[in-house]
Amino acid sequence: MSIHSNEARCTSCHIGYGWKDKSFDFTDASKVDCLVCHEHTGTYKKFPAGAGNPVKEPILFPGDGITYLPPEWNKVAQSVGRPTRENCGVCHFYGGGGDMIKHGDLDSSMTKPNKALDVHMGVDGKNFDCTRCHTTSAHQVAGRIYSTPAATERRTLVQDDLTPRITCESCHTATPHKPGVKANDHTDKVACQTCHIPEFARALPTKMRWDWSTAGQKKDGKPYKEKGPLGTTVYDTQKGNFTWDKNVKPQYFWYSGRIDAVSLKDPVDPTQPVALNWPVGRPEDPNARIAPFKVHTGKQPYDTVNKTMLVPHLFGPPDSAAYWAKYDWQIALESGMKKAGLPFSGQFDFVETSYVFPTTHMVAPKEKSVSCNECHTKENSRMANIKGVYLPGRDGNKVIEVLGWVAVLGSLAGVLLHAFGRAVSRRRKEG
Amino acid sequence: MNANDTCKMVNIYLYTRYERFWHWLQSALIGVLLVTGFEANGLYTLFGFKTAFDIHNFVGITWLIAFAFFVFWVFTTGEWRQYIPTTKKMLLVVRYYMYGIFRGEPHPVPKRKDAKHNPLQRLVYLSLAAFLLPVQMLSGLLYWTYNSWGAWGLAWLSLKVVAAVHLAGGFAILSFLIVHIYMITTGHSLGAHTRAMICGWEEVEEREAIEDWEIKSRAKTAA
Repeated sequence: MSIHSNEARCTSCHIGYGWKDKSFDFTDASKVDCLVCHEHTGTYKKFPAGAGNPVKEPILFPGDGITYLPPEWNKVAQSVGRPTRENCGVCHFYGGGGDMIKHGDLDSSMTKPNKALDVHMGVDGKNFDCTRCHTTSAHQVAGRIYSTPAATERRTLVQDDLTPRITCESCHTATPHKPGVKANDHTDKVACQTCHIPEFARALPTKMRWDWSTAGQKKDGKPYKEKGPLGTTVYDTQKGNFTWDKNVKPQYFWYSGRIDAVSLKDPVDPTQPVALNWPVGRPEDPNARIAPFKVHTGKQPYDTVNKTMLVPHLFGPPDSAAYWAKYDWQIALESGMKKAGLPFSGQFDFVETSYVFPTTHMVAPKEKSVSCNECHTKENSRMANIKGVYLPGRDGNKVIEVLGWVAVLGSLAGVLLHAFGRAVSRRRKEG
Repeated sequence: MNANDTCKMVNIYLYTRYERFWHWLQSALIGVLLVTGFEANGLYTLFGFKTAFDIHNFVGITWLIAFAFFVFWVFTTGEWRQYIPTTKKMLLVVRYYMYGIFRGEPHPVPKRKDAKHNPLQRLVYLSLAAFLLPVQMLSGLLYWTYNSWGAWGLAWLSLKVVAAVHLAGGFAILSFLIVHIYMITTGHSLGAHTRAMICGWEEVEEREAIEDWEIKSRAKTAA
């Protein structure tokens, strides 16, 4: 699944106007949409399939049944100011086609969260907006974590007043707890989020699985949607089966601040689940920490001959090659790969995939942080999969444990035998 | 027939007040350390990891400080001479515990004020006080100060190894404890040794003279 051939839909969240195909000029500053980030009326809406453009006249979008109106340009333009949570949320809460889909820690519940949901952003608490931490320098917003980490140096405001405030340590330092508290000794290996975000999706459910292979089924010859127990869509003819979950425990990985991904040219091994992206980090790296992630799984099309992931042409008018027009994967994949300029053998199947999202928002109040026992235990440790570090309580030493018990039980057996001997010999003498 | 019939018993003051205090303090500390240590290692859940860990650290440091006083005491009083190992009569003592004790024979090396440890005890207590306990304290201290290893130039240490040494020490101490608790029932009565460690006085068999090698006096060792 990717942007190629689907630009007009995907780029409704891009801050540029008119990215409808690969000819878009990224250097043209006049294409930057200032309003989506800066307007404060809340009325500025972009058409979901308009390649980042608002409508010029009222148009109904069949996908959500809403009629989109042209913005009242004067009002909108005069309202500009620093981005609010609503501004950022328009895209970042609704990525992947709607609310609660992509990030487990960012959804519409974060527009006005309470303190229990996010201790920093809670409207009944510190009431931080996004830009409080995502500081900006000449429109470069801190917090990107793909090719480069959000922060390459572990500097804090204590050391440097002008440092970006993007990491927890920026404000809290590397020893944020009271002196002598053991948690201060954890910050060399464990990210703050690991203990302080015990679960994500604590207010609304989040999508955990998206199986594209079941898409295309119809009821009475028509596409349909079905809702599940959490009130969310669990089947959609256009998209397949979804699984949702609430209050989800994250999975943990070593993470140095970068996330790597499979490209459409990279070969994949379809005999096992394909990790479409993964946190980069090794235990030996002094900059790596154990960090929490939402792992979203799915089933997506791949080329069974070329062994690469495939991009379907999803979105398009009814007579186009788009999947959502003809519900034919073969045609949609051929069209998508052609527009991407990549080879397609014509043979495809669906492969199990996974995709990680870092979990860094929805920081819980300190009373709710993960307790020591949840990791330092042999059974169901949150750190069960973490290698490269000796974790007291989880790890032991099998050899020493066996030898130790042999010695202890041997001593016990020895003294019991001796005591028995003394008792018998005493009775014999007395008798 | 038992030992009382053949030997005259005398009451001697064997353990001074500090010695008794130290013994019971140390046994309490070690008891708590064993219970919380095995819990922190994941053997069972009693206090919960955090509480077990907190207690273990606090008691461990307490033990370390108290042990320094013991070391001071053992050297300033000359009591360290009680720990000098010897092979003399060692086999007799071994034979006694393996055979003679069942036949009601008297102990080949009865306790004396100046020689309260028999050759076997000397060896065991020396290994304990000079090796096992210090190793346990050192490995525990290193375990506790894990985050400072880099700053102390100890980054080459492996937590896994330190933890393994500490765990092995724990098992060794537990094994010692089992045998030790049993051995205190082998006095002339079941409670005689325990009573001595509580009130200081122990009833022992009288014997005309103690042998030269058992005497801990300064004059003797200097000679």
